[in-house]
Amino acid sequence: MSLAHRIIPCLDTDGERVVKGVNFVNLRDAGDPADLAARYNIEGADELVVLDIAASRDHRPTFLETIRRVAAELAIPLTAGGGVATVDEGRAILRAGADKLTVNTAAIRNPELLTQLAAEFGSQAVVLAIDAKRVGDRWEAFVRGGSVATGIDAVAWARRGVDFGAGEILITSMDKDGTRSGFDCPLTAAISQAVTVPVIASGGADVPDTFLEVFREGRADAALAASIFHDRIQGLGELKKFLGEQGVSVRPTG
Amino acid sequence: MNIALVEYGAGNLPSVERALSRLGVESHRASIPGALGNCAAIILPGVGHFGALMRSLGERSLVNPLRDAVSRGVPLLGICLGLQAMFATSDEAPGDAGLSLFPQNVSALPPTDRLPHMGWNQLRRVRHSTLLEGVPQESYFYFAHSYAALDAGEAGVAFCDHSATFVAVLEQGNVFATQFHPEKSGPVGAKVLSNFVRYASGLRMDVDGLGNKR
Repeated sequence: MSLAHRIIPCLDTDGERVVKGVNFVNLRDAGDPADLAARYNIEGADELVVLDIAASRDHRPTFLETIRRVAAELAIPLTAGGGVATVDEGRAILRAGADKLTVNTAAIRNPELLTQLAAEFGSQAVVLAIDAKRVGDRWEAFVRGGSVATGIDAVAWARRGVDFGAGEILITSMDKDGTRSGFDCPLTAAISQAVTVPVIASGGADVPDTFLEVFREGRADAALAASIFHDRIQGLGELKKFLGEQGVSVRPTG
Repeated sequence: MNIALVEYGAGNLPSVERALSRLGVESHRASIPGALGNCAAIILPGVGHFGALMRSLGERSLVNPLRDAVSRGVPLLGICLGLQAMFATSDEAPGDAGLSLFPQNVSALPPTDRLPHMGWNQLRRVRHSTLLEGVPQESYFYFAHSYAALDAGEAGVAFCDHSATFVAVLEQGNVFATQFHPEKSGPVGAKVLSNFVRYASGLRMDVDGLGNKR
């Protein structure tokens, strides 16, 4: 009996539709978020993440409606975020039906935001998202969708973010994101060893072996992926079956 | 069948409402004492902070009506923080009294494993459980918490292990509670909710994979 490693499909949206692309370039439509949510709920996802990668203030009401439509399809936990900078924006996302919210750029500018959100909604609802890229012999945190370097050490920032109130870390490897070459296990392991809260690894997911590696070598508590699930390159059921056979604790599907 | 969902400003009422409506069960939100007077059952959902929950119940004058309803035999289901609120005290808010349906304290989980205890875990049953009837032994349920009741006397019917052994399902007479979130636990969570509704109504229900009534 032990806590299962979570498999988490991620829906990157422009607020309204699921999109695919890198840094807002060549965005392609990848479907309706509620349709995908319904599919993943049935197929055995352990949780769902829905992000507003455009995060424009004008589109916020549209994104909140998307959260409502996604939440209506789910009997599993939902995490949502994108551009959250205030407690009120966090509340709006949770009220729309999310169980947890992610914070990224605004938390680097103002770490107290993590403390305020945790005081209001509990640490278990506050996920610190970090976009990290290898720079020399360390990893640096980037903000604004990975477009702006901060000079901040990603591992140190994760530790500090937990001290400020984050209840979970979502670590995305910018080096691995979109490459389908496996998760960044050294980065994930460094974060995992630095913090006491659960760690979700993101970026680089491919064949089932890549998940096995990030759970074993990367010491991740959960692994997130988008296109391999959206494009049906990898089925959730067969992935979990493989991991279970390899001795990784997972929640079986079906 | 009319179920009152206690509304106190926090909590994730909509997901519990949706889970009930998939079972074909009507519910209404109860934020004033009168709303608890004439219902068939009560659900106390919860996320957030023990002290904030108890203060909020106090401000809405809901503490005594809740306790009175339990005394009258109205079935009550607490979820997550709703389970913790049934106890006398909590490490999370040492100055605040709980509903005191159980005399024990709610403890901070020791930091020997990752906290919060977040994700899907299994249960160990030690007594017969009405809520877990028809639920396969090896089922996983969704947890998200850092505090837990380590002891509930005879009322503890199923336990979970993470950092410590703690009460995952509590049942005593008409009082039921789960530390996990049945409304977030897929088909087996829907089964737990339907077992509570069935206890409260005598209605037997079967649910499909999404928790819809067949």
